[in-house]
Amino acid sequence: MNRYPLWKNILVLIAVVFGLVYTIPNFFGEAPAVQVTSVKVTIKVDAELLSAVDAALQDAAIKPTALTMDSNSVRARLADTDTQLRAKDIIEKALNPDPANASYSVALNLVSNSPAWLTSIHALPMYLGLDLRGGVHFLLQVDMKGALTKRLDSISADLRSLLREKSIRHSGIDRDKQSVVIHFRDADMRNQARALLADSQPDLALAEIQDGAEFKLVATLKPEAGQRIQEYALKQNIVTLHNRINELGVAEPVIQQQGADRVVVQLPGVQDTAKAKDILGRTATLEVRMVDDEASNNPSIMERAARGQLPVGTEYYVERGGRPLLVKKQVVLTGERLTDAQPGFDGETQEAAVHLTLDAAGARIFRDITRESVGRRMAILLIEKGKGEVVTAPVIRSEIGGGRVQISGRMTTNEAADVALLLRAGSLAAPMEIIEERTIGPSLGADNIAKGFRATLWGFIAIAVFMVAYYLMFGVVSVIALSANLLLLVALLSLLQATLTLPGIAAIALALGMAIDSNVLINERIREELRGGSTPQAAITAGYDRAWATIVDSNVTTLIAGISLLIFGSGAVRGFAVVHCLGILTSIFSSVVVSRALVNLIYGHRRKLEGLSIGQVWKPGNSKA
Amino acid sequence: MEFFRIKKDIPFMRHALVFNIISLITFLLAVFFLVSRGLNFSIEFTGGTLLEVSYPSAPALERLRQQLDTDGFKDAQVQNFGSSRDVLIRVPPAKSGQQDVSLSKVGERVMASLLKVIQSDGAGEAPHRLESIAGKSPLGATETEDNAVVNKPELKRVEFVGPQVGKELATDGALALLLVILGIMAYLALRFEWRFAVAAIIANLHDVVIILGFFAFFQWEFSLPVLAAVLAVLGYSVNESVVVFDRVRETFKKKRGFTTPQVLDHAITSTISRTIITHGSTQMMVTSMLIFGGTALHYFALALTIGILFGIYSSVLVASPLVMWLGVSRDQFIKAKVEKQEAVV
Repeated sequence: MNRYPLWKNILVLIAVVFGLVYTIPNFFGEAPAVQVTSVKVTIKVDAELLSAVDAALQDAAIKPTALTMDSNSVRARLADTDTQLRAKDIIEKALNPDPANASYSVALNLVSNSPAWLTSIHALPMYLGLDLRGGVHFLLQVDMKGALTKRLDSISADLRSLLREKSIRHSGIDRDKQSVVIHFRDADMRNQARALLADSQPDLALAEIQDGAEFKLVATLKPEAGQRIQEYALKQNIVTLHNRINELGVAEPVIQQQGADRVVVQLPGVQDTAKAKDILGRTATLEVRMVDDEASNNPSIMERAARGQLPVGTEYYVERGGRPLLVKKQVVLTGERLTDAQPGFDGETQEAAVHLTLDAAGARIFRDITRESVGRRMAILLIEKGKGEVVTAPVIRSEIGGGRVQISGRMTTNEAADVALLLRAGSLAAPMEIIEERTIGPSLGADNIAKGFRATLWGFIAIAVFMVAYYLMFGVVSVIALSANLLLLVALLSLLQATLTLPGIAAIALALGMAIDSNVLINERIREELRGGSTPQAAITAGYDRAWATIVDSNVTTLIAGISLLIFGSGAVRGFAVVHCLGILTSIFSSVVVSRALVNLIYGHRRKLEGLSIGQVWKPGNSKA
Repeated sequence: MEFFRIKKDIPFMRHALVFNIISLITFLLAVFFLVSRGLNFSIEFTGGTLLEVSYPSAPALERLRQQLDTDGFKDAQVQNFGSSRDVLIRVPPAKSGQQDVSLSKVGERVMASLLKVIQSDGAGEAPHRLESIAGKSPLGATETEDNAVVNKPELKRVEFVGPQVGKELATDGALALLLVILGIMAYLALRFEWRFAVAAIIANLHDVVIILGFFAFFQWEFSLPVLAAVLAVLGYSVNESVVVFDRVRETFKKKRGFTTPQVLDHAITSTISRTIITHGSTQMMVTSMLIFGGTALHYFALALTIGILFGIYSSVLVASPLVMWLGVSRDQFIKAKVEKQEAVV
């Protein structure tokens, strides 16, 4: 009769057990914890760090309730928030003896209270979105044009040294918008240069232009090289953001690429937007350029420059301390050549200073330029948000080799630390702009969870009461199937670690409200079959079979809507769409397979079945009621 | 318990024209309001800055408006939100060319401006102390000082959306709608017949327009979750048409003597109880969201409610007559016997 084969019953049982196991972690809640991550590539998170944290806590007589380690962090779970704060300070002191040169980032975090065996099978609580846990969300747009111009700037510096090395004489190299123009006095030199560049610079497309008596070679980036540079710029920016956020000490930051030229940054738990924005948005890079000494020392030129009439190839800056000067546009060295930057003090004057270490290529360039320009001035510029500032413009007294450079110039100690941090965290390969920002206070997040939960609960109760009253036993079966649906949905969301947002909770509620449709279809069909005079067992079979086609049809149309939301939606809509689609899939399973298994269990084995408990079945013709 | 005891098939098709005229009028009204009033788009679409601020006791909105006005936020909207203590401030995006320095700093500047209000209200008390609060970030700063003196706002939420994002959202929304329509039509055409596909889409699109019409008429805020609700409800009420169409197909095959209107009447009548119970259940959940979900889910639930109510009407009483007028007949389902027969209209 209506009996499921054993494997189908086992399948249902497995599904329900799976649902239970992966749903459970959501009920354990979270406990305060301290999370330690490494901020330096060279320092790995290993067992040594684990024991160091353990030892530090033991010295202070703090007993963590759990001490765990995963691939990139060590976490100590603690009893309460007071201990958490104390433990953070202690670990911070133990691991980072020198705060200016921290190797580890120590952050406050929350970890799940669920037992270790659940965590070990990857049964974690649902990942809550920012609107539920509070925090900051940024969407940053990367200026790709900026990335290209920056690259061209550094290419022109390379070309300059390349041509000098091969002693090919030219009368100037400048960048004009998206191309680099090299000027020559004769065609011969240009041909030599062209041959050289074609060999050594595969990224450049070269074109010759004859402009009166001047011979020009115009180099532009090949499209595929441009593409590569843009991809690289985005990656580099993401890495840089990672570094900067590590310095902020945020527990679980999300930094992801979105589309071709955008980056999403989510900082859960961070409330101080101003600080976060400041650190993220600062696009400090370092540039070393030469000062145009003759012009800078000529009062009449300076007077005109102050009004905006600049000599060709120079820019007007005011040094810290108020002295104006003209700096050549040519960039000698950029922050890319930097391997380290540390705040410190000048050995002689005791002024605050930043000590820089250059890589091999940077050190060579620096040595060459200092050797050639003894007695002249060099400007060190810090470029922030597209605006340059001359930090210092010292006179070169002798050749500086070894790649160790010191910047000092009327900085305060704090400024020096800031500058060092920004330079160390790496420069952004391209400028970025915040195009979307969302801050959600923690109380609002908790409030949203409570409201979403209450709405789902009461809606569920209302549906359950109605179904049981209207369909009696079949109503009970439908409600159990609906609960199984909820269980499976939450389990899937927990397993996939999909981000749950407030619209996501709404989608859970809506999924339940819509899923009951399949059960109503089945129950109505069974009633109809009974009305038509079928035996109870035949009515069950026919009811489920006939309803199946309709259930599939109707769910497919809903799924089409869900999938297009998933494709085109972002942010809030995406959170909704993920849950919506998953909810449709689980609802088909639970309303058809799970409810059928239950019905079979209740009625399937009875040979002489008089009637079904599906509420009154009214038959036209012999009206009993 | 059984709600529906219907002895004979209800002659829905006899009144088909009336149903369609009613829905045409509603549709035209919705279009009229959409055109004349337009949608009240949330800042996700328009760009700009939104702040949700909570005060310990109800602030005077007029004072806040004045202060914002003097601080250069001429177009800022200040209104209560949920309760009299919660205030929502919307600042439209700055006109192009104006202060490009940092659009995203608007939130902080508004907050500083709000703090000035309490500063001037509580004048003489301890201005220097207030100054120091203003200097700090207001968000999450735990209030250690005594709250009774100062009605200090707490920042609950800030959203800033750059203008380029909004445009994209609008196009993405339109594309999503288009994909839903094409997808559903393709599926229905494949599964049933092109006539069903066309009828279902017309009926349900007219629901979408009516939902939007409501939002335009009442100037409710049209946000991203509302868009999601509209699309979800589109997929959901197409269900309705699908269930009826399924029955139509079945009845065509089973009952040979029926004319097309009779078939449609029979199909609608035999599914009406299911239609109403299903929608009722979904509506229970949505009502619960409307009551308990708070302001964040308010318009989402409202869009669903309108969609569900009109969905019942249109997918049954509008889609079926359309199918009839498009000339559906038995032979489209019985392929073995190819007899040409005039479509019964």
